[in-house]
Amino acid sequence: MEVKEEQSTKRKKQKQGRFWTWVAASVLFRLILIYFPKNLNLSSRPEVSTPLTSLRRLAEGYWLKQSSMSPYAGSMYHGSPLLLSLLGPLTVKRIEGQPSHLLCSLVFVVADILNAMVIRATGQTLQVAYRQSLKSLDLDTISESMEVLSSGDIAALVYLWNPFTIVACVGLSTSPIENLAIILALYGACKRMVPLAAFGWVMATHLSLYPMILIIPIILLLGYGPDTPRKLLLMRRCGKVEDNSSSDSCQQQEKVINQSDLPKVFAWGPPMLFLLWAIMWSVYVLLLCGISVKQYGGLWEMFERMYGFILTVQDLSPNIGVLWYFFAEVFDFFRNFFLIVFHMNILFMIFPLAIRLKHRPCFLAFVYITISSMLKSYPSVGDSALYFGLLGWFVNELSEMQFSFCLFSVYVGVSLLSPVMHNLWIWRGTGNANFYFATAITYACLQMVLVVESVSAMLNHDRKLKKLTNAKLQNGKS
Amino acid sequence: MALPLLLLRPILLLSFLLFAPIINFKAALGSVTEEDFSEELLLRPLPDRKVLAHFHFRSRAPHTSSNGRHHHLFPKAISQLVQKFHVKEMELSFTQGRWNYDRWGGFDPISSNNAKPPGVELWAVFDVPLEHVDDSWKNLTHALSGLFCASVNFLESSTTYSAPEWGYRPAPGSLRYGTLPREAVCTENLTPWLKLLPCRDKAGLSALMDRPSIYKGFYHSQRLRLTSSEFESEEGGSGIVLQQTLTVVVQPDSERNVMSYSHETKLQPSWSLTSIFGRMVTGRCVLAKSSTVYLQLDRGLVGQLDYLQKENELSNADKSVYEGFSSNPGFELSVKPDRVLKELNGFEKKTPSVVYEFYIEKYSESRPFDLGLTWKLPVVWSCQKAPLHASRFLMGSGNERGAIAISLRSTEVSDELLHTDMSEGRCKLEVKVFQVVPWYIKVYFHTVRVYVNEQPQEVSDVVEKMRVSPSVDKVSPGVMEMVLKFPCGMKSAAITLEFDKGFLHIDEYPPDANQGFDIPAAIICFPNFHTSMQFFTDKSVDRSSILSKFQENNAVLAYTEVLLVPLTTPDFSMPYNVITITCTVCALYFGSLLNVLRKRVGEEERSAKSKATKETGRLRQLLSRVSAKLRGRPFELPQPPSNSSSFISSKLILFILVAGIAVFWQVYFG
Repeated sequence: MEVKEEQSTKRKKQKQGRFWTWVAASVLFRLILIYFPKNLNLSSRPEVSTPLTSLRRLAEGYWLKQSSMSPYAGSMYHGSPLLLSLLGPLTVKRIEGQPSHLLCSLVFVVADILNAMVIRATGQTLQVAYRQSLKSLDLDTISESMEVLSSGDIAALVYLWNPFTIVACVGLSTSPIENLAIILALYGACKRMVPLAAFGWVMATHLSLYPMILIIPIILLLGYGPDTPRKLLLMRRCGKVEDNSSSDSCQQQEKVINQSDLPKVFAWGPPMLFLLWAIMWSVYVLLLCGISVKQYGGLWEMFERMYGFILTVQDLSPNIGVLWYFFAEVFDFFRNFFLIVFHMNILFMIFPLAIRLKHRPCFLAFVYITISSMLKSYPSVGDSALYFGLLGWFVNELSEMQFSFCLFSVYVGVSLLSPVMHNLWIWRGTGNANFYFATAITYACLQMVLVVESVSAMLNHDRKLKKLTNAKLQNGKS
Repeated sequence: MALPLLLLRPILLLSFLLFAPIINFKAALGSVTEEDFSEELLLRPLPDRKVLAHFHFRSRAPHTSSNGRHHHLFPKAISQLVQKFHVKEMELSFTQGRWNYDRWGGFDPISSNNAKPPGVELWAVFDVPLEHVDDSWKNLTHALSGLFCASVNFLESSTTYSAPEWGYRPAPGSLRYGTLPREAVCTENLTPWLKLLPCRDKAGLSALMDRPSIYKGFYHSQRLRLTSSEFESEEGGSGIVLQQTLTVVVQPDSERNVMSYSHETKLQPSWSLTSIFGRMVTGRCVLAKSSTVYLQLDRGLVGQLDYLQKENELSNADKSVYEGFSSNPGFELSVKPDRVLKELNGFEKKTPSVVYEFYIEKYSESRPFDLGLTWKLPVVWSCQKAPLHASRFLMGSGNERGAIAISLRSTEVSDELLHTDMSEGRCKLEVKVFQVVPWYIKVYFHTVRVYVNEQPQEVSDVVEKMRVSPSVDKVSPGVMEMVLKFPCGMKSAAITLEFDKGFLHIDEYPPDANQGFDIPAAIICFPNFHTSMQFFTDKSVDRSSILSKFQENNAVLAYTEVLLVPLTTPDFSMPYNVITITCTVCALYFGSLLNVLRKRVGEEERSAKSKATKETGRLRQLLSRVSAKLRGRPFELPQPPSNSSSFISSKLILFILVAGIAVFWQVYFG
């Protein structure tokens, strides 16, 4: 027995060591890329720097602010004033003999590492909860197989080594910081640290608006706890079974559920606390913003330039989304209608998904993030990097996902073809806009398939678990 | 009753002209009590075998309070414009061609005041409260557009005009400046301009304006300058002064000279008014107070002639160079000038410029005025240049981003000028740059770099003062005003600014979208250098409007080139395709996600039991079939292969076949 335990701890240690070497390697890789001359021109790639995340625009905003003008005076800067006062000085400061963007790059590398760590911690929490719930359902056989794959480590490494993350980090876009806020919110909600969750959610909403819809998964997380197979459904089924079978099996089942330390019904306390904290944090953030833009246009200008810019899709420069070309081509009198349609598309799916996946709030958050990164007005690869990282959490549940190889290869294909098409169109002038738009459409389809397939795989997984418990109960009965 | 009145009017006007000396006397005192009009033409040979002709018409109207709203000579349209929009100062120019600052001069009043960027340039100062300036500007552009048959009304849009504070002219707040670099200028713009003259082009100097000979020139700029003191409180201001100028650079036909000279390549082409314009002056415009033709010789040319004279003096002892024009060693004039004027206070080291004056009053139909200049000896000279030669160009390739660079090269003139200053200790060369950039050129102002003698400099060392108003998408252009101070011994300087190119909505592209977009010319001003030519010491300068204009102490000013920036175009032909494809993807996402969510456990079990593949199953089946193909495994139907499924698969194959044929047909025969 002791030998076995020793072995397992040894193996764990070995695994830990391997994990940390990979993390160190990823940091090293980033530093090497940073030291490349001219930063590999990544910072001007349309896939990396959108009008919202471009550091160059932030530097322009900072310059305007330094010359006592509103940072929102032109239509260059559309980010947060807080980010401006955090990152702005770093864009100007230089260290002799080092690349000019070194300090900012280091900030983004640190943000990336933090992201990976928080993803890992959240993944571990999720795994513990998952294993517990499996145990409570007497399905230890599945958890045995899971021993090999620690979803937290996998998610962290997927996040760190994803080329999209690396490109977004080295390409000087502010998306690592936006991602950090989102991940912190989820982490706080998983660990039941209500103030942290509220802070993350408020910051994420402030920085990029779309994470606002994450309020539903966060409240569900705080109310129900981390992802579990559908307990309520099991109980109800148990109640139904009670009528025509012996009651002891059901009692046994109930006992098991009571044993688990997870709350079986929605706890109203933490969500209320969360709302309270969220209000406090948002007042605080608005106050800080108000102070920093007070002598210029005030808060209203900030809202107009940040959120108005996001919602009305004013900048039509190409990116990996589809909206830029759509709004460059659509007739002017339909513009408002389609703006509403595209934004409603994000909102419409919120409630159906929340109803169906309320027992898996983290997965729900992943789906929301994927949907918004597909339909948002200025998507960048930084958003994709985030949802790929989160996908790592559900590596066990989604192991039976369909088309995963197909998805992977098309992702590779699109990310190779898209720069080629962009080059043909913009730099060489031999292609036209449709070439690039075709890759953008493919990319949108790809994300769509990913969302649909992962949701269906998750639902199937729950079904499978239910079937297994049913079978077990049946066996127990007979 | 109307007819006699109409007849009476010219008689009345003629009677006014009789009292011209009185008017002149009053004008000399600085206030105008009667309307007057004067016409003048300045001719100047240019070093590169061309001739500059500069028509100058000045109309003045007294203050409305003293004269009412009726005009005899002054164009009513203009006075109404001034009354209605409260214009304090205004300048409108239509230009075609580019003024060559190196060859045609960059340091004289004509190049500073009359050399304009191609297309239309309009600026106006209004005498209205600051919040109404924009409205006045918009109305003014529409009025001018109607008046001059030009698309000046495009300057109405806030993306095309700007409000410089000090970079262009010191009139903060009430000044608006706009340009249309691509406006084509032609006779349709000249005709309404001529209509403002009392004699139109029927008599006087304006009769010289033969359209083909004007428009075949290298440069022509037609300008309208308005100054009014209508709204100043004190009485007896100068009222409204309207100056209309037409500046033409033409190349005289040199064919006539080919025969007579063996070394015609070096000899400047001789010319006369008939050879340039194909017409002669057959008398003055009777309504004009004065009608004068000037022939101006550059400082450089005079210096060269002096030199020739000195050489000739050995053989031929002739005393005066200029007065004895017939014996001038360099050239010969066909008409004897009435007066010869010499510049009083030129630069110390330079020879003064010389002006020959011809009064047109003496000439008539029977004795037309046809000034001719015949060169006797080859003369080579150069014009006086601005302290720095400014040019502007684009850097970078591709349609995503680029950089604007303004390069300033020192000319020999500045070396001379600055060496005199060098002794006074710390010497700085001040340069003012004013640049307007349309919004689709998104300039990063934090990327301003200044290079002096090709060495990068700290921006704060060189830039004395800078005002930036960044562009707002589809609302306002970017404006940059800068004062730079360069060290005197500088050979060259460059200012670079990086920008991103914008992407426009398909409706915002002009019909020829692939031609590119124009960035208006930047204005380079040298506030420490003035173009002032004094020909008189007393007040008699007021008699000549051109010479009084020359006497004004204006800063040297130069325009840079207009830049042509190509922007990427979307596909103009397929908005419908884009809309339908994007909406299809959206619908696909919405439908399939909803479909996945909708499926219930019980329902699925039931469907699994019945093994019936219906609607929802069909899609999944199709998808799994595709996936099976991708995996390289033979497709296995999840159910026992029933008739229906095989029927479906055969139908599917048929469908794919038809679609394939259709695509093939479309590609090869469509």
